[in-house]
Amino acid sequence: MSRSSQANSRTGAHFGAKVAQTARGMASLILVLMLSTAAVAQVQQPELPPPTPEIAKRLKSIESELRCLVCQNQTLAESPAGLAGDLRREVRTLVEQGKSDAEIKTFLVARYGDFVLYRPPVESKTWLLWYGPFALLFVAAMIAWRVIARRKRLEVLPAGAPSATSPIAGSSHARKLLDDEDAK
Amino acid sequence: MSAELPNQATAEAPAAAPAAARSRVRRAWAFFLPLAVFAVLVVFFYKGLFLDPRVVPSALINKPAPTFSLPVLHSPDKPFSPELMRGQVWLMNVWGSWCVSCQYEHPFLNDLAKRQVVPIVGFNWKDDPAAAKTWLRKHGDPYQLSVSDLNGRVAIDWGVYGAPETFVIDKQGMIRYKHTGPIDAKVMNETLLPIVRELQSAKSGA
Repeated sequence: MSRSSQANSRTGAHFGAKVAQTARGMASLILVLMLSTAAVAQVQQPELPPPTPEIAKRLKSIESELRCLVCQNQTLAESPAGLAGDLRREVRTLVEQGKSDAEIKTFLVARYGDFVLYRPPVESKTWLLWYGPFALLFVAAMIAWRVIARRKRLEVLPAGAPSATSPIAGSSHARKLLDDEDAK
Repeated sequence: MSAELPNQATAEAPAAAPAAARSRVRRAWAFFLPLAVFAVLVVFFYKGLFLDPRVVPSALINKPAPTFSLPVLHSPDKPFSPELMRGQVWLMNVWGSWCVSCQYEHPFLNDLAKRQVVPIVGFNWKDDPAAAKTWLRKHGDPYQLSVSDLNGRVAIDWGVYGAPETFVIDKQGMIRYKHTGPIDAKVMNETLLPIVRELQSAKSGA
């Protein structure tokens, strides 16, 4: 859906307007940053009793595969954001209900999209992401191979070709050329 | 590098002409291929400059609005659920008295409510109801009603990850658009209102 990203509408805009928008964008970014500190004032949930060791271990493994949507560069396990806390609580509830890891991830992807997963699924639109580096490596290897092969050809050639440092080799080469010429 | 080409070509001509032509093609490739790759990268990076990494596309677009039953802020014994809005286009705006950006967008919502274009339901997210009511008295109340999601459980179903967020729901109860971040005049007039009008003019029986 083209509307879903406000950036799409921005790309066609005049540069001056763009600068103004970027400034506005900065302003809203600052507001968002303020928001994250203000989030401390949110209603805090009562702490749940600590989970059993085996549940804690599973929670840790699931949460370290999930992205915190507020801070984006942290996993759910390590994020201090309020929403991350809510999501950790939700994940714990699902684990205690006996849901599998896959079911829990499906639950979150249905709500927040593939973005919550640190390991995006392999599907047609992510092929470039998953296989692109290998394709690049292959192309680079092909180029390197061709370059090396050509260099080798150039290095081999002068040995039989006329050379100032080796008059004998040079004269034998000339002799051969003359012989060939006579043979025609 | 292309300036050297004519000299070389004349020096080796005419015997070496095909070889010279081949090397010229090769040089052209060596010049234009990296240039083309560079041009593609420039386009992507330029676009990337104006992308907001905080905007995560919603997974719920064109999906039915997740149902819930939450107490209404001003009359907590009365529950509200999205089904009650069936048959009309409406907005759901996620807000909180703790949310600074919500203050920024609030005048635009007040203005929209005054023009009675579309009903707005407030989603009071993880807020203290008393503080929320005080905040609405101070900044104005553009909402038909607000619901209180005290523990943030319902917000997870809606994929909410920050306030403010604004959902556009159509007559059939489908989420058609989500705006993340504060609304301003530009977003209101160029994005939200056109979508709302388009959905309002759609037949409800569809």
